[in-house]
Amino acid sequence: MSSNTASSSAGSGDSSAARKNSKRPKCIDYSSALLSLTLLDSKFTQQELPACKPILTPGWVISTFLIVSVIFIPLGVISLFASQDVVEIVDRYDNDCIPAPARTNKVAFIQGAAPKSCNRTLTVTKRMKQPIYVYYQLENFYQNHRRYVKSRSDSQLRSPKFENQISACKPEDDAGGKPIVPCGLIAWSLFNGTYTLSRNNTPLAVNKKGIAWKSDKEHKFGNKVFPKNFQKGNLTGGATLNPDIPLSEQEDLIVWMRTAALPTFRKLYGKIETDLENGDTIQVTLQNNYNTYSFSGNKKLVLSTTSWLGGKNDFLGIAYLTVGGICFFLALAFTIMYLVKPRRLGDPSYLSWNRNPGGGR
Amino acid sequence: MAGERRHKGMRLSKLYSFKCLKPFSKEDHSQIGSRGYSRVVFCNDPDNPEALQLNYRGNYVSTTKYTAANFIPKSLFEQFRRVANIYFLVVAFVSFSPLAPYTAPSVLAPLLFVIGATMVKEGVEDLRRRRQDIEANNRRVLVLSKNGEFSETKWKNLRVGDLVKVHKDEYFPADLLLLSSSYEDGVCYVETMNLDGETNLKLKHALEITSVEESSIKNFRGGVIKCEDPNEHLYSFVGTLHYQGQQYPLSPQQMLLRDSKLRNTDFIVGVVVFTGHDTKVMQNATDPPSKRSKIERKMDKIVYILFSILIVIAFTGSVFFGIITRRDVTDDGKKMRRWYLRPDRTTVFYEPRRAVLASFFHFLTALMLYGYLIPISLYVSIEVVKVLQSIFINQDQEMYHEETDRPARARTSNLNEELGQVDTILSDKTGTLTCNSMEFVKCSISGTAYGRGMTEVELALRKQKGMSMRPQDDEIKANPTKSVKGFNFWDERVVDGQWINQPNAELIQKFFRVLAICHTAIPDVDGESGEISYEAESPDEAAFVIASRELGFEFFARSQTHISLHEIDHVSGEKVDRVYELLHVLEFSSSRKRMSVIVRNPENRLLLLSKGADSVMFERLAKHGRQFERETKEHIKRYAEAGLRTLVIAYREVDEEEYRMWEEEFLNAKTLVTEDRDALIDAAADKIEKDLILLGSTAVEDKLQKGVPDCIEKLSQAGVKIWVLTGDKTETAINIGYACSLLREGMEKILITLDSPDIETLEKQGDKDAVAKSIKKQLREGMSQTAAAATTDDSANEKPEMFGLVIDGKSLTFALDKKLEKEFLELASRCGSVICCRSSPKQKALVTRLVKSGTGRTTLAIGDGANDVGMLQEADIGVGISGAEGMQAVMASDFAIAQFRFLERLLLVHGHWCYRRIAMMICYFFYKNLTFGFTLFWYEAYASFSGKPAYNDWYMSCYNVFFTSLPVIALGVFDQDVSARLCLKYPLLYQEGVQNILFSWERILGWMLNGIISSMIIFFLTINTIASQAFRKDGQVVDYSVLGVTMYSCVVWTVNCQMAISINYFTWIQHCFIWGSIGVWYLFLVIYGSLPPTFSTTAYQVFVETSAPSPICWLTLVLVTFSALLPYFTYRAFQIKFRPMYHDIIVEQRRTERFESGTRTASAVSGELPVQVEFTLHHLKANLSRRDSWN
Repeated sequence: MSSNTASSSAGSGDSSAARKNSKRPKCIDYSSALLSLTLLDSKFTQQELPACKPILTPGWVISTFLIVSVIFIPLGVISLFASQDVVEIVDRYDNDCIPAPARTNKVAFIQGAAPKSCNRTLTVTKRMKQPIYVYYQLENFYQNHRRYVKSRSDSQLRSPKFENQISACKPEDDAGGKPIVPCGLIAWSLFNGTYTLSRNNTPLAVNKKGIAWKSDKEHKFGNKVFPKNFQKGNLTGGATLNPDIPLSEQEDLIVWMRTAALPTFRKLYGKIETDLENGDTIQVTLQNNYNTYSFSGNKKLVLSTTSWLGGKNDFLGIAYLTVGGICFFLALAFTIMYLVKPRRLGDPSYLSWNRNPGGGR
Repeated sequence: MAGERRHKGMRLSKLYSFKCLKPFSKEDHSQIGSRGYSRVVFCNDPDNPEALQLNYRGNYVSTTKYTAANFIPKSLFEQFRRVANIYFLVVAFVSFSPLAPYTAPSVLAPLLFVIGATMVKEGVEDLRRRRQDIEANNRRVLVLSKNGEFSETKWKNLRVGDLVKVHKDEYFPADLLLLSSSYEDGVCYVETMNLDGETNLKLKHALEITSVEESSIKNFRGGVIKCEDPNEHLYSFVGTLHYQGQQYPLSPQQMLLRDSKLRNTDFIVGVVVFTGHDTKVMQNATDPPSKRSKIERKMDKIVYILFSILIVIAFTGSVFFGIITRRDVTDDGKKMRRWYLRPDRTTVFYEPRRAVLASFFHFLTALMLYGYLIPISLYVSIEVVKVLQSIFINQDQEMYHEETDRPARARTSNLNEELGQVDTILSDKTGTLTCNSMEFVKCSISGTAYGRGMTEVELALRKQKGMSMRPQDDEIKANPTKSVKGFNFWDERVVDGQWINQPNAELIQKFFRVLAICHTAIPDVDGESGEISYEAESPDEAAFVIASRELGFEFFARSQTHISLHEIDHVSGEKVDRVYELLHVLEFSSSRKRMSVIVRNPENRLLLLSKGADSVMFERLAKHGRQFERETKEHIKRYAEAGLRTLVIAYREVDEEEYRMWEEEFLNAKTLVTEDRDALIDAAADKIEKDLILLGSTAVEDKLQKGVPDCIEKLSQAGVKIWVLTGDKTETAINIGYACSLLREGMEKILITLDSPDIETLEKQGDKDAVAKSIKKQLREGMSQTAAAATTDDSANEKPEMFGLVIDGKSLTFALDKKLEKEFLELASRCGSVICCRSSPKQKALVTRLVKSGTGRTTLAIGDGANDVGMLQEADIGVGISGAEGMQAVMASDFAIAQFRFLERLLLVHGHWCYRRIAMMICYFFYKNLTFGFTLFWYEAYASFSGKPAYNDWYMSCYNVFFTSLPVIALGVFDQDVSARLCLKYPLLYQEGVQNILFSWERILGWMLNGIISSMIIFFLTINTIASQAFRKDGQVVDYSVLGVTMYSCVVWTVNCQMAISINYFTWIQHCFIWGSIGVWYLFLVIYGSLPPTFSTTAYQVFVETSAPSPICWLTLVLVTFSALLPYFTYRAFQIKFRPMYHDIIVEQRRTERFESGTRTASAVSGELPVQVEFTLHHLKANLSRRDSWN
């Protein structure tokens, strides 16, 4: 643009010369503090930058819907297949593992001293390739409660130096004046159920190593921090910890302390590193120690393989199919509408739409 | 320069004899020494102990709002005057308590960021002002030092009483009293452009006693000035100079004000009277008026709605929380339900036994948690956006006026979007619609009309009557190409010296001699080219001198006693120099309405040359001078109809005897110092201005500004109503109305006037009620007229605005009365255009207020003069024309443009865009915050309403500031539905703003609903796809941090993509910002996640280690983003099909046009609209008229 050439004249030293300079808008010279736009050309200042935005012509609308459905439906199918590939055995045991006579007052039973051992038998209905993951699933357990989530001390977990940083941990902060390591409600309520698996009466090894996140083990839980005064308070919560093993090796704790987002959650218990064949029966001897009865939470044992997509959940596939289907339907509907009822003049129904020009976005 | 030399030695003061000798009102001067008039200045003696005691402020000037010391507290105070900021501050404080759902720094940081950004903006602005101050304070000036020599010093070191010397083209450093100048009579010329924008030169006089040589002025000591205290009145000054035992009254004539400039004078010497902030210009500096736009006011309401939503959902959560918490302990209080929370040993916030209290505290927590519904950055973003929008307005090349070198200026950025909603424009006429620069177009000499040119009014009238546009096309072509400013006269009988062949050549010669001699203009000869230009007091006068120059009577020199012309002798046809001895100038005044000069011509005959208004001139004609009276009157009438200003030209010969007697009397009157001196002078002048011989009349056109009719046409096509408020006569106003297509052919004129004889008699009797009744009757009649038209035409009428209302000033007085104003307004709102003639400045403001408050719609007032200031301040938007008539209007305005026609672009383009942008921006802001805020709420429901946010604290803090703000700002600054060209091509598009379609409640609530739906889709799809199963191949399950990151990513993607599909203008900037924001989120995640875990807590390595390698997270993201956009997209597709908005159709039209123009050979873009556009426009119009009928 020609205006750009009319830049400030040479003798801009004194004010009168500056006054004579053209005030023609050239480039933004005083807004440099806000945005340094000085280098941009006048297409910019005149707001005539080249712009491209498809408008919603029938063609665009229909093809957008079609493209989305064409992508989504296959994705849904793939996801569903992935989910179908996963073999999952879920066994709810919270009710069955309480002896029938004690079922009237489950809380009393779980808090009592009676043996909590319980045997379950699972049948493999489809071949499961290793690794097979063992989870426990709790329901109606609010690990995401604000009080619960906050009740931990990250610095204490990391380094023995910060042993005394327990202010967030109340009431499980100290026992008899000595700081509890690890402190707080989360650690205190550590899950204490155990599972022993055997297949056809031969013990099935459950590998409990490598179930925690690497970053947790290496950076969040110190290898020089040892449990101290744990579960020594006047009320015992969940599991106890071996005070001779550093926290970074206590993977059950690490898994537990990575709090779940939702009240229904699974936690990794271990891995079975052998294939299970179709028809295998698996005996589980479990210690039904954990009290979910007082808040009517369920407990489940889950054995599951994984696909590239993770565990078994058809929702993703179905959702993709649904959305893809809806888009396809919309594409169809719009095609029909454009064919049958093109926007034309004088259509009475159209008129009534237009009567009220307000609204809409 | 040689030019200046010539001035030397002449007593120019004589020319202005009336002005400089005007008696001073005794009243003012008697006040000196009393309260308000207590200033004492010791001239050239600032070190006088008495002077030191007075301790007047120095000349140091600071216009900054803040100082280094008070910047922080003061600007903080300014910030927290906003309610929203207070809310966030309170939240920030409370966040230090255990109530807070998140950590305190994460709340403080965005608040500090937002406040900091605003403070930085304030600081930068202030710094700029400071820099200007420093520049001004350090300018150099010559000041008389103790050793009696002038030496340089800085402005800021000047003291009251200093003697300063200012050279040509320098600014005055303070308010000075003029003592002497390079002219020996002590005059000087100043240009006051910085004060009032007037570019013409003003003459200032020193007192005779002080106007002495430079060498002797140095010894000017012992003078004491007693004068008024500092005040803001630019045009008044009261004071006396006590010098050598005498008192000399001082007037504004001796004052040289700071920031005005010395012109045409080599130097002046003055004494400093007011310094620094005491100067008139500083006293005058006021803040621009603060107005708020309608959208912002509505936005406040929306914020209240959001607050209510916030309270409702917080309350709901609290109720649930209370119930759940109570149940944590069994009724007997012995057993714990959720034992892992240790309800037996808990704090008050979770105490089951005091659940009500706990839920109350939870309510407070929730208020903070859902505080994200209230966009913290909205106010700041809007401010930033508006400032940037203003920059674009200022930068617009199309609104830059080359001739005056003035770009458009948005003086306030508050009202940008209001420009898009203007319903009524109230415009001044002179200087606004017209140029206020006069052109000599016609004249009538001895009963013959000369001048072939057509005025714009005539052209317009012809056009209206259906005649061909330019019947004299060929003649106009013959017009010499040389165009002279102020001269638009062409007649083959007169130009190029042809007049000497006319039968009445002698009279023509006399006529132009009068024009060339009878004036007060000063010639300015360009040394190189020899061209002459004139400095005249009024544009009319300049036009006359120029006209006579062009026709062979070139006025080239003026001395104290002589006026010299180059003339063409009508007998020989040769160019001769003639010198007229100037004896007296009888000045123009509004009461005299005429001006005369008495000269002695080279033939030694005494002549009185006179020009004046027809009303006063015809009665002064001699019996034998009325030869052409009838024709001339006829011509004058015709000229008036053509919208021209006329003056009658006459002369007489005075014989020596009579002159001598008169002169004695006149000089007597002049030297009188009594109160009635003026009257006596007038009477004396009267005595000689009689028995005149009529020569003819002149007609000068106050040209319509370029493009005014087109602009008005466009604006009325856009459905904007235009009212013209003018001081002109009814006829002139009507003609101008036609000329600028305000009144059109086929429009019915409703005239409301009190100019009928019977009403005049009524008025004389003082019967106000009867007059009011007559007005009422006229209003009623007008009303029934419009009503009748409405019924006959029904809704199918194509021209709903068939009426033009013309009302004169007197009637307006009655119409603005409380009793009648409603009827007046109703009638006026039924008319397309309204013209109020003869209206006073106050009436202008009253009319504006009536329209504003009566219709509740946005009004825009536009004007250029001081008389429009009231109107500009009263209207929702004031637009000042930065034209010739001074700066007062501009100073009072919100926007300043150089030409009326720029209004079209200002409204239809910038106004439309800004309205759109701000409306969209606010809607989108609420959308994005609701989307975000409601995901928090849904998550709450899954966390037993404990107040745990779904996301990491810092994600949330950065949401408004980093991940979503830039695209919104880009939207606010750059978005445009259609290009500027199309905005102008389809002015009806503007109605989107006037009817407030883009910011209607349906639309706002629609966006809010969209936000809530999006949040539901995001939340429920996310938690179901990545529920409890493993989310990776390695069997790991989702925890709190992964869910948070995934959901948050979905939100960021959704709101940014929503932006991408809802904006209309997609340039690289938008691409940059939208995709950049998403990029920034991931960048943030990586960087934040790599910080030590004590700081990053749940975000530690979450992206790199956990969620990025998980395909299900990405698949969820794609699914959720598309699903969340689907409702809007579908809605929009349906809307475009069934209920397209106006801009949609225009965009479509534009695309097909471009597409077709590729295939078609025809290059011209057809003005024809496709049927559906016509259809929609038709509806829009119908809607408009319907709306009008509701009023």
